[in-house]
Amino acid sequence: MSANNTTDLSQVSNRLAYNAMRNWKEKLIEAILLGAAAISVLTTIGIVYVLVSESVHFFSNVSIVDFLTDTQWTPLFDDAHFGIMVLISGTLVSSAVALLVAVPMGTIIAIYLSEFADSRVREISKPILELLGGIPTIVFGYFALLVVTPILQYFFPTLPGFSLLSAGLVMGIMIVPYIASLSEDAMRAVPMSMREGAYAMGSTKLYTAIHVVVPAAISGLAASYILAISRAVGETMILAVAAGMQPNLTWNPAEPAATITSYIVQVALGDLPHGSIGYQTIFAAGLTLLLITLVFNILGQWLRAKYRENY
Amino acid sequence: MQIQETPALKAEARNLNFFYGENKALKNINMPIYDKKVTALIGPSGCGKSTYLRSFNRMHDLYPGNRYEGEIRFFPDNTNLLSADVDPIEVRMRIGMVFQKPNPFPKSIFENVAYGLRVRGENNRRVLDDKVEHALKGAAIWDEVKDRLSELASNLSGGQQQRLCIARALATDPELLLFDEPTSALDPIATGAIEELVHELKKRVTILIVTHNMQQAARVSDYTAYMFLGEMIEFGKTDEIFIKPQDKRTEDYITGRMG
Amino acid sequence: MKPLTTEQIRAVIARGKLKDNIFKVMGIFCLSLALVVIVALIADMVIKGSERFTVDFFLNFASRHANKAGILSAWVGSLLVMFVTALAAVPLGVAAGLYLEEYAKRNWITNIIEINISNLAAVPSIVYGLLALGIFVYQFGFGQSILSAGLTLALLILPIIIVSTREAIRAIPAMIREGSMAVGATRWQTCRYHIIPYAMPGILTGVIIGLARAIGETAPIITIGALTFIAFLPPAPFSELGDGGTAGLFDWVMAPFTVMPIQIFNWTSRPDPAFEVNAAAAGFVLMAMVLSMNAVAIYLRYKMRKNIKW
Repeated sequence: MSANNTTDLSQVSNRLAYNAMRNWKEKLIEAILLGAAAISVLTTIGIVYVLVSESVHFFSNVSIVDFLTDTQWTPLFDDAHFGIMVLISGTLVSSAVALLVAVPMGTIIAIYLSEFADSRVREISKPILELLGGIPTIVFGYFALLVVTPILQYFFPTLPGFSLLSAGLVMGIMIVPYIASLSEDAMRAVPMSMREGAYAMGSTKLYTAIHVVVPAAISGLAASYILAISRAVGETMILAVAAGMQPNLTWNPAEPAATITSYIVQVALGDLPHGSIGYQTIFAAGLTLLLITLVFNILGQWLRAKYRENY
Repeated sequence: MQIQETPALKAEARNLNFFYGENKALKNINMPIYDKKVTALIGPSGCGKSTYLRSFNRMHDLYPGNRYEGEIRFFPDNTNLLSADVDPIEVRMRIGMVFQKPNPFPKSIFENVAYGLRVRGENNRRVLDDKVEHALKGAAIWDEVKDRLSELASNLSGGQQQRLCIARALATDPELLLFDEPTSALDPIATGAIEELVHELKKRVTILIVTHNMQQAARVSDYTAYMFLGEMIEFGKTDEIFIKPQDKRTEDYITGRMG
Repeated sequence: MKPLTTEQIRAVIARGKLKDNIFKVMGIFCLSLALVVIVALIADMVIKGSERFTVDFFLNFASRHANKAGILSAWVGSLLVMFVTALAAVPLGVAAGLYLEEYAKRNWITNIIEINISNLAAVPSIVYGLLALGIFVYQFGFGQSILSAGLTLALLILPIIIVSTREAIRAIPAMIREGSMAVGATRWQTCRYHIIPYAMPGILTGVIIGLARAIGETAPIITIGALTFIAFLPPAPFSELGDGGTAGLFDWVMAPFTVMPIQIFNWTSRPDPAFEVNAAAAGFVLMAMVLSMNAVAIYLRYKMRKNIKW
């Protein structure tokens, strides 16, 4: 009897004992999962490594001062010039056009959906916006070149076949869903009690939206605008298709011009030997692009920290 | 002993019913609100006291599916506040409200108080300065904020924020001021300050206050109404309600046997 | 200041309401503009491309003659690249999401990973192309192949899959975990038998949205040097090669390729307007692919919201 009891107890305690095998397996799985999560860090390291190492080669041939101040971009000519401002001007002008379309439109849609529309309108509108945001940019490029440019030319006959204007306009439409959806989320996160306070003072809907809800959601709105800038600056195919790819230092949206991104596409389409200076230019251009988006993102994070909502 | 005179009416609910969709939340309420007096609404949670309060400034119109029946008569002009052809915005311009949790706008202290005036189209700086100072003094917070009017209102303490919200409501000279459990988010000291303020304010404005705290009702109000399950059980002078309630249910609640 | 008269107050309210209504019109106008663009885009491609909607268009290779050119190599290339992308991105993304939600401790490593993921989402897609050109094409020697393209796009959509996995896992209430742990399951068993199955619909939605994004991406694939004119298919496993040998099971992975967006880009940028027709038709096919994937994802999410009640 008592002997039986002892064996039973020892079996129980054996089963509850720390199971080294099981624990080892759990640790292995955790390590594998951590490895997967670390891929994102490796990606960032890879991006920085590739861009910087190729750019170092590039800047051993071209001085940074020339790179920043030269007003010509002719890397493949015999008389090579490497003035990145030429490409930056195209990038900034097309982005400015896009933001002039996307920021007002996206904000108006966000305010309308969050403060005015009933739930049925909202439920129909959000998927439509999502679909618009999901259209491949090459299709938008086609649309800009073959639909929007002819329409613009009908009104402005002097507009060339390729222009920053038409690419920028379509880029703006492309960005609208990002701004609308992020801003709407930010505004819907504003507590109802704040709106009620405004309505109880006799405000109308628009007055409440502009004077209470928008200021309360301002950091979310700012974040959506920053994301929009990143999208516009990094957008490639619409510009490669519709803005022409010749380098042109201009601030006039009605002209064709290359951007940083469309230049990279242009070089990639050709057949530049690995290691040549032409090959290195696209990495220097890519690094510039990354730095520009980085600046805007840091700005965005700073804005968000400064105007953090505390409801 | 003086002969008791009945004070003038400021508002009166007549056969008031209210529905959240299919759900009847207020059942046939009849009740007077006397001019320049404090009337307290008490009752267990979910009894409909906030719902009733929010009917006065038509807050329920902000959400779909809500429906009123009956009347709330508003004097001296004898308008039915709930009538379909009365604009809720106009109602809210005449009736101020202070909420459960302080809800200052994300603006400066000054702009918070000036908000109602700006809504009315007043942009003259001198008028605004004058009115804002007057309202802040009325809400007994002027001394604390007069040197920091351009600071964000959210920097104030909870009790200060609530007094700021009272100032915001006072700035437009409302005829009736609604308080929806104004001290439930505040500490005892801040609560004391608000209660004193309510006492002070009734010289200028009629007050209807919802409270979950019976002692508070006893301290600040002239009249008290006890509500239960959407019905008005008893209404009377505060002393009478607390000392000798007529209804068994009121007595149970007040003596702590229920609720 | 004297109080406003009733008439003055009503005038103020009327002005405010007029502004409300003007804004409402603006809101509806902006929303309909979005709709108009989608409709115009699709209508234009359908009308222009209608003469190309034939079986031949899907079965022909690229050609110098617009009316004989087709999208065979492009759609086959797109499908193969997507296959590689999904194979790489789905396990990695789900594993990373699972790690961050179920395993990660609040420490600096986790912080770095999280900041990284949110920053990667803002990196322009062409930069991924440059990364792939430097690493996959040259460093690893994968060349301008389906493998390089698939891995590039996998990195690009990894943040989307991670974020949607995390959201899906976060929606599972703690009591499910506690219930599983309480009967003696290990953390991994809890994940495998409870967390992953319950999060599946949400993960699937993220995967579809990610792949829809990847299939329309052009810039990174052009950057790694995909060809624009390809008149052959990657070798099918065990098929006979031109030199008499037999293709291995995975030879197609290293083959040169083109994809739908690049084919469209190529046709759009040709001066001969006859190719516009091809671009329109191919654009419509691509749109149909992307939009139907998105529609499936939107529908899935809608269904999920309706059905799941914890």
